[in-house]
Amino acid sequence: MSFPWANHYKPSHPFMVYLDEKLPLPRFVYNAIGAGYPVPRNLNYMWNFGVLAGFCLLLQIVTGVVLAMHYAANSGIAFDSVEHIMRDVNYGWLLRYAHANGASAFFAVVYIHIFRGFFYGSYKPPREMIWLLGVAIFLLMMATAFMGYVLPWGQMSYWGAQVITGLFSAIPIVGNGLHTWLLGGFAPVDATLNRFYALHFLLPFVILGMIILHIWSLHIPGSSNPTGVEVKSESDTVPFHPYYTAKDGFGLGCFLVVYCLMMFYAPNALGHPDNYIPANPMQTPAHIVPEWYFWPFYAILRAFTQDFFMIPAKLMGVLAMFSSILVWFFLPWLDRSPVRSGHYRPLHRKFFWVLVADVVLLGWCGGSPAEEPYVMISQLAAVYYFVHFLIVLPIVSSIEKPEPLPFSITESVLGKDDQAALAGAPASA
Amino acid sequence: MADDAVIDAPPHDADEIGGARRRDFINVAAVSAAGVGALAVLLPLISQMSPSADVLADSTTEVDLSGIQAGQGIVAVYRSQPLFVRRLMPREIAEAEAVPISTLRDPETLEQRTKSGKTEWLITMGVCTHLGCVPQGIVSTQNRGEFGGYFCPCHGSQYDTAARIRKGPAPKNLVVPDYVFKTDTAIKVG
Amino acid sequence: MVRIIAFFAGLFFALALLWSFGKGLVSYVTSPPAATAEHAFHLAPRPLHLASDGPFGKFDMQQVQRGFQVYKEVCSNCHALHEVAFRDLKAIGYNDDEVKAIAAGFKVPHYDARTGEVKTVNGLPTDHFPPVVYGGQGSPPDLSLITKARHGGAAYVYSLLTGFQKQPAALLAHFPEAKTPDGLYYNPYFANLNIAMPPPLTADGQVSYKDNTPATVDQMAQDVAAFLVWTAEPKLENRHQAGFATVGFLIFATVLAYMAYRNVWADKKH
Repeated sequence: MSFPWANHYKPSHPFMVYLDEKLPLPRFVYNAIGAGYPVPRNLNYMWNFGVLAGFCLLLQIVTGVVLAMHYAANSGIAFDSVEHIMRDVNYGWLLRYAHANGASAFFAVVYIHIFRGFFYGSYKPPREMIWLLGVAIFLLMMATAFMGYVLPWGQMSYWGAQVITGLFSAIPIVGNGLHTWLLGGFAPVDATLNRFYALHFLLPFVILGMIILHIWSLHIPGSSNPTGVEVKSESDTVPFHPYYTAKDGFGLGCFLVVYCLMMFYAPNALGHPDNYIPANPMQTPAHIVPEWYFWPFYAILRAFTQDFFMIPAKLMGVLAMFSSILVWFFLPWLDRSPVRSGHYRPLHRKFFWVLVADVVLLGWCGGSPAEEPYVMISQLAAVYYFVHFLIVLPIVSSIEKPEPLPFSITESVLGKDDQAALAGAPASA
Repeated sequence: MADDAVIDAPPHDADEIGGARRRDFINVAAVSAAGVGALAVLLPLISQMSPSADVLADSTTEVDLSGIQAGQGIVAVYRSQPLFVRRLMPREIAEAEAVPISTLRDPETLEQRTKSGKTEWLITMGVCTHLGCVPQGIVSTQNRGEFGGYFCPCHGSQYDTAARIRKGPAPKNLVVPDYVFKTDTAIKVG
Repeated sequence: MVRIIAFFAGLFFALALLWSFGKGLVSYVTSPPAATAEHAFHLAPRPLHLASDGPFGKFDMQQVQRGFQVYKEVCSNCHALHEVAFRDLKAIGYNDDEVKAIAAGFKVPHYDARTGEVKTVNGLPTDHFPPVVYGGQGSPPDLSLITKARHGGAAYVYSLLTGFQKQPAALLAHFPEAKTPDGLYYNPYFANLNIAMPPPLTADGQVSYKDNTPATVDQMAQDVAAFLVWTAEPKLENRHQAGFATVGFLIFATVLAYMAYRNVWADKKH
């Protein structure tokens, strides 16, 4: 990123000068998240969630590493080792609840971050690479969270592992072999638990690497902003530090209050009681559901109840569930409107809120038992989900008449921009 | 946020200096609070590594002494480590008492290392004070070293019949744990 | 091009879903799902208020001890308490000697390395509650985590214990095939209404409490539910206290952070 007016790192202390010569890490940080990174001045609170997501990852890595010091990945004692953490390890209950609720917090934050992107068109060029990396991060998060949920080896862990790996058996020809290969057995066994543990430990660090790429690619065009108008001049921006470090600090405080209230006073509210029953390979729980953050996708999976032409319903469901996320990869090329922000796109804005309601509805169906009327509701909601991304967005971006954009960020904030007069652009009302 | 029309202008009023000082104080306070919070988070992260409740609860051991003849010894387990329980023969007691205290690296008498009236019961950790290996000699068929007590094969430390260090790199005598005789034939360690 | 492919992909998924929806709707209309006895007669747990409820809740140790007595004299005949160690009982107010005596009252399996036999010996404080061998019908669950492993938690335990009753005539009239099979017992708080466990608390005074609390069936059920809240979450009080301190500090720090944020932005309109 190179805005000509960006502050330059000028070390004054001799040691810092020396360090800058040999290992310019402070300069790197200064330019990445310090005073050397100019950021649009008009970011609203929706822009706090990227930093919060990064914080959640660190929270999960720190608590996860210390839990790994006590957890035993062996199907005979995994469940008891978690209870050992809860009862005997110093502050073990705190660390485990922090980690379990941290996963929910991470997803909640990331969902807001993603929907921020939907509304403000953050996926549009020149930021499409940031978006692609972000979707990849989300997929890795889902894999990590799923494998982490298997580790306590409760009933939901076991049957979740059974059902989710079973998705791969829907693939024609190679499916069954792939399923057995994934599990290392014919059902979830010790080998499964051990490989999930190894991968659950590894993947967060892969995510960390991806996040560095995500932020790197963000620094090429610089942050987007609620108007969707690109930065034009120095008056459009403020240095990241202290302006956004202060704002993110406040945002982090608010997040932590909500998170700690959950963690200390309703630590099991988002979990399922059945996961406090040790895994029993002979008996499936009456209603098996994944964690809440998978519910919308789980609803899409279950919505396909009939074979469609030659395609079995099972394969359709798996195909649709994966497609429902993969479709996000194509968003920059599906929505071709030159205007980014939903603030200036009357039609897109309406459909955005329909999408929000639709995903909430899908989530509600996904968390409910697989019986009527939930299945029929989820079928209609899933229709809208696909139609929204694959049909509505492209059409809306062609036919919509956007509202007039401000000349610049400065104008949108102050009501006037002297440069607009120079450029001869009409000031918007 | 600011509702006035003055934009991006630094404060220039004389009254503002006090305000600036107050603002600095709040910024410092906020950063300090964050620091205090971060320090508090370290507590559970560090504390979780110390022994858990089940390990601590397991830290007493009861040993039944009946059936141990003079000259014999057994290995019990105390805090996941070997505990040497040895019944000395009169000859071994005499040997230990004959050693001049001043010649010892870690001067202690057999009296000090056993319970009064129970001098024949030598209860020590089976952990060499050099680097923690288990010495040989609790069973009479093992190498007991030059001094008839214990011999550590790792680095050659030799202990006498009161389990005192006599030769080799170990700095201290074998540790005598806290224990009490519950009856004449039972001790409770820890 | 992307958008043309997308259009047909969208159409494909939509049609497949509408096909499923249509077939589902037809079968829903032609053969609506039959009402079941479970659906019509299953009851949500009755409310139970315990001292450990709420953000400032603490265990009522007297009650938890009474609950332990009920567990020991009644439940432990069939139900294990695998996750709990005898030493843990110190947390509910027993002293070292009492814990030792309680432990000695249980027989725990002990592997003798010299003979290779598994013998039962008197329990030590460091032992966990031993497994229970049960030969009857059904499989009594371990109770250590039962209040976390059931929807409704303690209220469910309380309701189940006090919910045994005769099968309602209305149920038999509507669902004659749902008659409770022999060897099972009707209980509307149990998921499928028929439970293999015979009513465990049958008469007032079944347990004689040391603190002279009248041992009614309702009281015993409440007490054992309170005890099982403790076995499931022995660190509950620590959690409540740590939460109060943490959230209090965070609110204070967040107010400071807000003021600092306003300071920093004081000269920038945004």
